[in-house]
Amino acid sequence: MAVIQATPELLSPTEIDRAFRDPYALSARTRGISWTVLLAVLVMFPLVFTNPAVTSVAVFTMFFLLATVAWNMFSGYSGYISIGHAVYYGFGQYAVALLILHLSITSGVSELALLPIAGVVAAAVAVPVGLLVLRVRRHTFIVLTIAVMFIFQLLAFNFPSITGGSAGMNVAPPTWSGNDFNLPFYYIALGTAIIALALSWGIRRSKFGLGLLAIRDDEDRAKGLGIRVTRTKLIALVISAFFVGIAGGLYAIFVGQVFPQFAFTPFYDLYLAVFSFVGGLGTLSGPVLGALVLGPLQQYFELQFGATTLYLIIYGVLFIVILLLLPRGVVPSIADRYHSLLAAHWRRAEERRSRSGPATPSAVTTGEARTESVPAVPTVREGA
Amino acid sequence: MSLIDVREVIKHYGGIRALDGCTMAFEEGAINGLIGPNGSGKTTLFNVLTGYERPDGGAVHLQGEDITAFTPDKVFARGVGRTFQLTRVFQRLTVVENLHVAAQRTGGFRAELSRWSSGSERARAKEVLDFVGLTRLAAEVAGNLSYGQQKLLEFAAIMIAEPRVILLDEPAGGVNPTLLSHLASRIQALNAEGTTFVVVEHDMEFVMGLCHRVCVMHQGRALCAGNPEEVRADPMVLEAYLGTDMRPMEHADVEVR
Repeated sequence: MAVIQATPELLSPTEIDRAFRDPYALSARTRGISWTVLLAVLVMFPLVFTNPAVTSVAVFTMFFLLATVAWNMFSGYSGYISIGHAVYYGFGQYAVALLILHLSITSGVSELALLPIAGVVAAAVAVPVGLLVLRVRRHTFIVLTIAVMFIFQLLAFNFPSITGGSAGMNVAPPTWSGNDFNLPFYYIALGTAIIALALSWGIRRSKFGLGLLAIRDDEDRAKGLGIRVTRTKLIALVISAFFVGIAGGLYAIFVGQVFPQFAFTPFYDLYLAVFSFVGGLGTLSGPVLGALVLGPLQQYFELQFGATTLYLIIYGVLFIVILLLLPRGVVPSIADRYHSLLAAHWRRAEERRSRSGPATPSAVTTGEARTESVPAVPTVREGA
Repeated sequence: MSLIDVREVIKHYGGIRALDGCTMAFEEGAINGLIGPNGSGKTTLFNVLTGYERPDGGAVHLQGEDITAFTPDKVFARGVGRTFQLTRVFQRLTVVENLHVAAQRTGGFRAELSRWSSGSERARAKEVLDFVGLTRLAAEVAGNLSYGQQKLLEFAAIMIAEPRVILLDEPAGGVNPTLLSHLASRIQALNAEGTTFVVVEHDMEFVMGLCHRVCVMHQGRALCAGNPEEVRADPMVLEAYLGTDMRPMEHADVEVR
């Protein structure tokens, strides 16, 4: 690997000033423009590509986008890699299916009004589940979340009087026209994903979010600096579960069927985790990038090779390649490179200044100036 | 007057008695040294003081309040900050973010929702970084800093919360002399403003030069306490820790500077 010359001591005063305010690599203006362009593309997409086969893939991609952003709000920020978010996904699905069944709802619009309820049910489930699984860390946490997920799958199978068991449940389809059937799902998922993203952004800038990131890096020390770790983790999990529950509810209405093995499925969390890891775990834009690029790919694979689950091998290989080449994901790796280039730029500027003008005394007082900086090595890669 | 009172504290790990009825006091407003051979229970005592370990017996009082059963976040809220023997900074956060983690976590949940980089806290972070001399590394990811710089950062992250007492676990370990004297001057400057220190350290020159009072631990108990000259001359200390035949002080003088 090329040694990147970065002399952080020579960051410009503007750069230093920004570091005190802003956790992001790019300037506010660049970020604003990028997000606006992306949003415009996403809003326009189903209006330009009206083929139902295409918009149906787009709808599933939006579902993934919503859930991945939500998953990252907990697992990305706190470092607790959950492979059990399908619990909240499943509860969202069954909540909607059961409500529609027992309330005999037929109008499509009121079906969609059930989505917040699906979110609340999932969030409520996250409280006891969280109190249980958050007692352990790292690998044990991952295993425990999977175990809890399978418990709920078994429960769904074994209470046919409530869930229909392995026969599943049918969800009465919405009543709007078949021509534009996909559009409401697309825009509701997109809208909810934007809300989730805005919340994710707010968390990243809040003390609460900084506490989560501190827990990710060193939970014991975070505790010793006054962070109430259990409460912080649980709140993040509940928020995350709320949005995943909505994704589940949307899925149930869109597909029209709910089955235990597809509601409480281990593959779901693998998708969310891979999307987040590829894009950049714990970043704002990483999960968005991951879901928008890999979501359609997942749909394509499933349509082409869905008869067997062999296509999952491709995902496995992709995951391994990403972990080897870009262990922190695409976004952080690019941000790092950008930082290094910026630092090199300021170093050259400083050199030019010192050659042309009289030497100015260095402001380095620690006596430990390092001439090169090694790109950050992740200390632990949870869930690798 | 003593700020921290340790009374008959016992801590067992299996068959090992890390703390065996340890009783000692740390004076308010002083730089207290805590020395002792490896395995004498210094770090265990720190862990008990800061709530990381629950003692098997005895009590810890902070200004008369029993804090024995407190969790680390509660101890911190009472104004006790600590560093670790193996330096612990938040590796993937920037230097500035590291500071903000500790800053002002007292306002309840509403405060949690506010931005970590609000105006006043930003100014305070800048001030603290200036104080330890890390300002120009503000934007750098903490894991990229050198070991000595991480030590300074860990120290800065504690002091930004303005605790009444700071516990330092081997601040001099692996730090070069220039940086060490810088650290010592920062400790003295903070102490002059009223912060109490407890310093665990093996570097005798550093301890004897810096501390007003030194406690010696041996096999989980307090062996003796006093000003540096008394401790240096105490035959029990020489036997237990420094070794009777090594004349360690002269040795240390040559070794360190």
